[in-house]
Amino acid sequence: MCDQTFMAATFGPCDSCSKASPLMNIYIKSEAINYCSFCVEMMACQGLQKGETLATLKKESENLKKKLEEERGKLNDIELHQVAEKVEAVAALSLKTRRVLKGHGNKVLCVDWCKDKRRLVSSSQDGKVIVWDAFTLNKEHGVTLPCTWVMACAYAPSGCAVACGGLDNKCSVVPLSLDRNENLAAKKKSVAMHTNYVSGCSFTNSDMQLLTSSGDGTCALWDVESGQLLQSFHGHTADVLSLDLAPSETGNTFVSGGCDMKANVWDMRSGQNIQSFESHESDINCVKYYPSGDAFASASDDATCRFYDLRADREVAVYQKDSIIFGASSVDFSLSGRLLFTGYNDYTINVWDVLKGTRVSILLGHENRISRVRVSPDGTALCSASWDNSLRIEGTGPRGNPTHPAPQLHPPAHSGRSQSVPRADRIYSPSNKFLVFPWVFSQWEWLGKSSKGSALEPS
Amino acid sequence: MSNNNASSSLIIAQRAVKQLRLEASIRRIKVSQAAAELKQFCLQNASKDPLLMGVPSSDNPFRPPKSCSLF
Repeated sequence: MCDQTFMAATFGPCDSCSKASPLMNIYIKSEAINYCSFCVEMMACQGLQKGETLATLKKESENLKKKLEEERGKLNDIELHQVAEKVEAVAALSLKTRRVLKGHGNKVLCVDWCKDKRRLVSSSQDGKVIVWDAFTLNKEHGVTLPCTWVMACAYAPSGCAVACGGLDNKCSVVPLSLDRNENLAAKKKSVAMHTNYVSGCSFTNSDMQLLTSSGDGTCALWDVESGQLLQSFHGHTADVLSLDLAPSETGNTFVSGGCDMKANVWDMRSGQNIQSFESHESDINCVKYYPSGDAFASASDDATCRFYDLRADREVAVYQKDSIIFGASSVDFSLSGRLLFTGYNDYTINVWDVLKGTRVSILLGHENRISRVRVSPDGTALCSASWDNSLRIEGTGPRGNPTHPAPQLHPPAHSGRSQSVPRADRIYSPSNKFLVFPWVFSQWEWLGKSSKGSALEPS
Repeated sequence: MSNNNASSSLIIAQRAVKQLRLEASIRRIKVSQAAAELKQFCLQNASKDPLLMGVPSSDNPFRPPKSCSLF
């Protein structure tokens, strides 16, 4: 506001500086005020200062972000795979499909193991939640929820209840009773209420508290008995797709990943966002803590899985291959943390050596995308849930009897030519660079050979 | 109305700066040390990892069920 010549109607002491000068009669918020021109200018500048404050805040946040990058970069003195160079490579895994659990009528979206290492709960798109005994293939309990797309299910630590939630925006806890004839749906209790779909749920160390993540961008901690909201966690700027609790007994942190491409670590008691990691290039579908609790892995639609160390506060490994172009939907670690099982939308599960960053094995068998992979609590088996309506349990055989040898899928990066001998039971692309599995038509279409369907999405 | 927008974006910016300050101030260790400890954990627990090491059939809860033959 420039200092203009004005018609002074009054002359006297200014309301703010008390100097005698020509006064401007103005109204601020319908209050009549008499300020001298200097004070009017000061007041106008204060309004400007607010605008400037916004700009300075923005500038400060840019500077802080740069500083964070620098600080994190300073610590990057060596890569994880370099540290692991001397470590013996993982022997060929002898993983075989031990059980196939059929019974769901539609896509299986989530699976969770019970602490007794033999029971599983799985949920599917048609609203059914089934509790299985994995040893005997018995279906022990079945609950039908009134909603479709039950995206989250979890077994209580005691084994006496399961939690499930999805498009109904709620997460309900169903107590499991030993009496087979009892109608479980009647005892279902709504615990969590969100304003958008529930994407993930997990019991904390006891049956009494439930942690949920939702499409409304928040995570929340609930008391199961009363249904009361104990703590909410705000910070994601888009849907939160996954969460995982820190493994330690005394742990009170958890990590969440979402569509804003960020993975955040939260303190459960204060609701504070402690650390944030943003290096994925697309939605993070799944996050899982490393068994020691000092690191976590994430799976994303950008076809990579990444490994973040919490104490170094940065990404320490990326698990990717040029031949993997479909998004990863789920990750889990083996018991020692040496193996990372990752499920993809191209119907396969890749097994990575966490330390060396190389792929150890591929597990095939599902006929549609993998929605979740979970290692059993004692580490003896891996359960994979898929959109082909089934669950598969992969287990080990005796050592030295590999049934899934590490396949030579494409030539080593440094040579321009393939050095592996082509196998008779596989189809190679003309350049010898891509392997096509005859029953996975999606990859065949991607190579441009078939005109049916859309090129990239599996039907 | 514009006042509200201005103040809410101000609040958002203030929150963002506060969060960034918090994140910038946490203590970090070097990747070499963190990686060494991760490697240590893996190697220490490798022998107890059934999926990595394989288990003999007798201990494997998911072994293919053997049928009994009756004479």
